[in-house]
Amino acid sequence: MSLSTSIRCKRAGHALGHSVLAAALLGGIAAAQAAGPALDGTLKKIKDSGVVVVGFREASIPFSYYNDDKQPIGYSADITRLVLDQIKNKLELPGLQVRQLPITSQNRISLLQNGTIDFECNTTTHNESREKQVDFSNSFFIVGTRLLAKKDSGIKDFDDLKGNTVVVGAGTTSEILLRKMNAEKNMGMNVISAKDHSESFLTLSTGRAKAMMMDDALLAGERAKTRDPKDYVITGTPQSFEVYGCMLRKGDSQMKTLLDEVIAKAKTSGAAAKIYDTWFMKPIPPKQLNLDFPMSDTMKALFAKPNDRVTP
Amino acid sequence: MSYKWNWGVLLDPVVTGENATYLEWIVHGFFITLGLTLCAWTLALVVGTVFGVMRTWPNRFGQAIGTAYVSIFRNVPLIVQFFVWYFVVPEILPAAIGDWIKGVKPNVQFFVVSVLALGMYTGSRICEQLRAGIQALPRGQRQAGLAMGFSTAQTYGHVMLPQVFRHIMPPLTSEFLIISKNSAIASTIGLLELSRQAQQLVDFTAQPYESFIVVTLAYVLLNFLILRFMAWINNRISLPGLMGH
Amino acid sequence: MFDFDWQALIASRHILAAGAWITLQVTLVAIACGVVWGTVLALCAVSAIKPLALFAKAYVALFRSIPLVMLLLWFFLIVPQLLKAVFDLSPTVDIRLVSAMVAFSMLEAAFFSEIIRAGILGLSRGQFLAARSLGMTTVQMMRYIILPQAFKAMLPILLTQCIVIFQDTSLVYVIALGDFFRNAVSLGERDGTLVQMLLFAGLVYWLICSTLSASVKLVQQRMQHD
Repeated sequence: MSLSTSIRCKRAGHALGHSVLAAALLGGIAAAQAAGPALDGTLKKIKDSGVVVVGFREASIPFSYYNDDKQPIGYSADITRLVLDQIKNKLELPGLQVRQLPITSQNRISLLQNGTIDFECNTTTHNESREKQVDFSNSFFIVGTRLLAKKDSGIKDFDDLKGNTVVVGAGTTSEILLRKMNAEKNMGMNVISAKDHSESFLTLSTGRAKAMMMDDALLAGERAKTRDPKDYVITGTPQSFEVYGCMLRKGDSQMKTLLDEVIAKAKTSGAAAKIYDTWFMKPIPPKQLNLDFPMSDTMKALFAKPNDRVTP
Repeated sequence: MSYKWNWGVLLDPVVTGENATYLEWIVHGFFITLGLTLCAWTLALVVGTVFGVMRTWPNRFGQAIGTAYVSIFRNVPLIVQFFVWYFVVPEILPAAIGDWIKGVKPNVQFFVVSVLALGMYTGSRICEQLRAGIQALPRGQRQAGLAMGFSTAQTYGHVMLPQVFRHIMPPLTSEFLIISKNSAIASTIGLLELSRQAQQLVDFTAQPYESFIVVTLAYVLLNFLILRFMAWINNRISLPGLMGH
Repeated sequence: MFDFDWQALIASRHILAAGAWITLQVTLVAIACGVVWGTVLALCAVSAIKPLALFAKAYVALFRSIPLVMLLLWFFLIVPQLLKAVFDLSPTVDIRLVSAMVAFSMLEAAFFSEIIRAGILGLSRGQFLAARSLGMTTVQMMRYIILPQAFKAMLPILLTQCIVIFQDTSLVYVIALGDFFRNAVSLGERDGTLVQMLLFAGLVYWLICSTLSASVKLVQQRMQHD
């Protein structure tokens, strides 16, 4: 391809881009005039493009993980499906195209902020420092951050971690908590930051780390994957109680209203409780093990009164 | 896209409570990268020389080993080699040794594994360059050495290798440059070198652009320093008009 | 050593095949775009127009000084919206795949341009002078005389660079793109068979690259006989 041809191709590309942008704007204006109150933010983006991009986790059992057909399943995946159904209804787009993008705890905020994904309901903790960058919906889960260790390791609580190697997920609240604890209490811990939950667990199971710190529900999920879950024990006083919420772009009030409605309705109608039961009290893929993780009292209270408070 | 630039975030104390600013994290990563590059290059030089000599030594078995070494380490992607050194080697060694390795401080593990992976990989490239250099020597050199009563080893040591090293100095120094960039792959197994620090900054600050720009500039700076170093060495040592010059 | 779970491997063959397809796509696009853009850069670098030459040299210097890992992260975390606008992508396209293709193309173009530039400069001046004296314009000269010879002379090195590109695609691991290597690792982590999967992946890469390298050697030998 000669230089002039490639320049012509680039110019054509720009022209195409401009014309698509113009068409989209016109289409958006027309659609807004046709529908009721004007859509804005993410809902407008979805309506205009006919596509919604949702982020999911690949290995966060039992919230969002791959089954054998490489489809995401889990508690959060089911909540996401409820949200998608509501979006289809509200925007009157029965043919809405859903694109699922795997995300990690490291890139979830960046990908949301730069527009690659439209929202995500997985295992993202709603806390104040994140509120500076993104918004959160009503909380759909409560966890305590605890430790997972081998039964014979002798680790009973966080103080036992002195001088040991501990693994956490990179970019998670547990990582910040653990490293803060390490610095403040001078515990001499070696902290390994793993890319995601399954890598964290791998570090623990191969003996590289003595313990793994994470949200207790996720710990239960990781433990269920092994050959002998009885070898591992979830211990330690929870260092924090945290709420999971769906993450959306900052200032997007229409999207937040939609997400809040879906979650509140799921809780009050009993749908959320059923989803909880399926994933926490019954055998789940891949190994058909039962997590046996009954709903805590704080969660029951949350289900009775849906809210988006940072502290449960 | 209304992005709020905040270069001052680099001087903020880190949110994980350790006694450092984000800029110090980047500097720390810079020095880890530099250290890794130096150690890996040294290892590569040693390993590459050994195998390069083996490949030209008049011994069938040695040549076979040398050829196998080059074939394996040049035909497997570097990231795969990193993972094999980190995950596989401790598992296939005897349990006692494997467990001891896994018990070593994580940062030390990451560093040593990275040096091994980078060193062995680059060693295979240096081996080939050395072999080409040896084969490019006039046949008379080896023959004269042997005729003078040197053993093969002495011929290599006193006659051939000194010449070859001066010939291949330019490609050797450019391997140094290549290692400095391949060092970024060590971030995949957890080493807190420069590119991993960039990712950490993106995790913990809300300012991804600033973090990435500073780290990219750090790499450009490192690249520039290494190029200067290469030019200095080449001026002092290499012979003009030969390989790669 | 350890009993290799062939059953599990066969059961996951779809995931591995999908990964291999991604690897192939990135490799081919990187080679195609890299060669095209690299040729343009090489021509700029040898041209008499100072700003073009300067641009080409600066581009090559910049892209050769940044690790591929950083470049991939740049395009994935930082500038996807820019990519979307420039290439007019529909939101259904996997942005990771596009980031990978763009990052690789831009980087490999720098390497290809150096190779092609060496090829051009390695031709005897007589070629240029003869073309000029035949009344050819620069474009015609490049298209009919110089570039064909330069490519032929550099063919083994170009092919070797293609093999390097194939190996480098495994680095898309850092942007969580599911190529062959990443899928193998994910499977290993999920099922606890990481050691086996890593050795398997290493073996597959070794087989493919050794075969390709041997073929390049054959090409080289054939060319020497011409």
